[in-house]
Amino acid sequence: MTRDSRASGGARVQCMLTAAMCAVVVIASGARQLSAQDTTRTQGVRIGLTYTPGTRPGVLIAPVAGPAADSVRELIRRDLDNGDRVNPIAPLGGEAPAGALNYALYAQMGALAVVQATVTAAGSLHIAVHDVGAARVVDVIDIALPQPMLGPEWRMAVHGASDQIERVVTEQRGIAATRVLFERSGRLWVVDADGANAHPISGTEGGMSPAWHPSGRYVAYCLVANDGQHIELKDLVAGTTTRVQGHGASSNTPAWSPDGLTLVFSSGSDGFDLFAATPFSREPAQRLTTGRGSVVNQQPTFSPDGRRIAFLSDRSGRPEVYIMDADGTNVDLLTTMPSSPRSKRTNPDWSPDGKRVAFQWETDSGIQLLAINVRDRSVSGLTSEGRNEDPSWAPDGRHLVFSSSRSGAKLLWILDVDSGRMRQLVRGDRARHGAWSPRLDAVR
Amino acid sequence: MKGFCRSSASLVLAVVAMSACKGKVAPPPAPVAAPAPATAPPRGPNQDSIARVRAAEAEAIRLAAEAAARARDASMIAEVRRQLTQTIYFDYDKDEIRDDQRTGLDAKVPILNANPNVRIRIAGHTDNRGSDEYNLALGQRRSAAAKRYLVGRGIAEGRIDVVSFGEERPAAAGDSEDAWAKNRRDEFEITAGGDALKVPR
Repeated sequence: MTRDSRASGGARVQCMLTAAMCAVVVIASGARQLSAQDTTRTQGVRIGLTYTPGTRPGVLIAPVAGPAADSVRELIRRDLDNGDRVNPIAPLGGEAPAGALNYALYAQMGALAVVQATVTAAGSLHIAVHDVGAARVVDVIDIALPQPMLGPEWRMAVHGASDQIERVVTEQRGIAATRVLFERSGRLWVVDADGANAHPISGTEGGMSPAWHPSGRYVAYCLVANDGQHIELKDLVAGTTTRVQGHGASSNTPAWSPDGLTLVFSSGSDGFDLFAATPFSREPAQRLTTGRGSVVNQQPTFSPDGRRIAFLSDRSGRPEVYIMDADGTNVDLLTTMPSSPRSKRTNPDWSPDGKRVAFQWETDSGIQLLAINVRDRSVSGLTSEGRNEDPSWAPDGRHLVFSSSRSGAKLLWILDVDSGRMRQLVRGDRARHGAWSPRLDAVR
Repeated sequence: MKGFCRSSASLVLAVVAMSACKGKVAPPPAPVAAPAPATAPPRGPNQDSIARVRAAEAEAIRLAAEAAARARDASMIAEVRRQLTQTIYFDYDKDEIRDDQRTGLDAKVPILNANPNVRIRIAGHTDNRGSDEYNLALGQRRSAAAKRYLVGRGIAEGRIDVVSFGEERPAAAGDSEDAWAKNRRDEFEITAGGDALKVPR
């Protein structure tokens, strides 16, 4: 694949990739294709499907057999559509196909793969993924569906099946079985990644800036109380809340290390510094930054290998994004591109593939999201209209949830960074501080 | 209204002011005694009742004078309280005390000196532009800046607490320059000793 074919294939890509970064992408994607062809599935069937990044291969979702069949089909169709990697084809009506599939017909419809799903009488979901070109089944997925039918956990199990279908077709697991935490009306809410099941989390009044624990079980957040801000830790399973000891009058912006053992947050009474606490072993918190006077260091975000932290600091006189080792050494300015005196670069979030950091650039004309390549500092614009804030990467490193006032009130939107496609995640009252969960079916 | 109360030195004005300030100045004036009879007082056993009436008159005048003094004190204390809790404002993205806000802070110093048992809490706020989380820090710096200013003028550090609410508790709603200017502020709250405020001499 040449650089030119990459550029034309990703016609909708908003990113202004530099030549150097483009070359890196070409090499990396070439390697991925090779591994895709050589990988053997657990079923012992060699995968013949080849996914080319930047394209959306057609996946036909055949009519589903069994109870709640239409709901299962619609959930899978929407999940694949939201994943932005494949193009789901699901003609209305029809009966679940029995016996051999008409591969020639499906090929005519533009399908590279066919998804054939059955909900069994015992309440589990059985899915066969067919390679249309090779005219055979290439993978089989069996998932238990928790009762009640159509309930939140049942839906999450179907989302997990969608994610596996996406993995079979594209070598990348999807992100349908995830949720997004956010702040609304002075408390924390959670919503499924497809926008369903939005509800407040009890006992989080005064909460903002939520951060998922890598296990999906705990949420650290900033509690806005009358005597200042505190870091609280909510156990979503047990329902209990504990406070994490801060340093100074107020604490804010918690972030978990990828191993889930360390919680880094900002604390201070005038200036703010970053501290690393171990909320499960309760060792004394370690100071990571030493600001002088009123310098603010906050909004930490870990690299996926846990070895580095990107964070906001206004040590230069205005907020910029810096990068340092996880022990606080080797601090370096990340956002080196020219700026204006009134502009700020804030809210960094390190991508799960480790290659880039999303952040917001605040100027007099608005707030836009950008991504900066950690290695060569090349910058891509992600949004161009309105006020866009609080970027948080999905586990696939391709989607971002952020809050935007583009439709009026500040609400949560999802951006596919590769295609530029956008969808609204929540409606209703103001929503902000979206935080994307890890893959929730994988951590249970 | 408050200025009017403050200038009411005479009894009549005080009573008017008291009614004008109803709800703020606590005790209402004592009921005035019935007027003395118009005819010449008879002698004998009536002398006692005449004395009682005169004593009542004197008592009424004394009570009214006390009420007036109380009203005067109350209005002065109200003014002291107003000055001590007067909000100060900041420029966009700044935590430096503005020149035009110094008098507001300077007025608090003699009050805090005259009331050593008073403790205050300074709450820093910001407008709603930019990162909400960075605004929490900016609000904290604004409250810390006012505290530094007061401590620099001799107020004991331990008497002043600071807190920030960032942009979370706006004083004015909306996205206008006017609303933003009203929201970039330090609010002052008396957290102890506020029920026995003394007027600085």
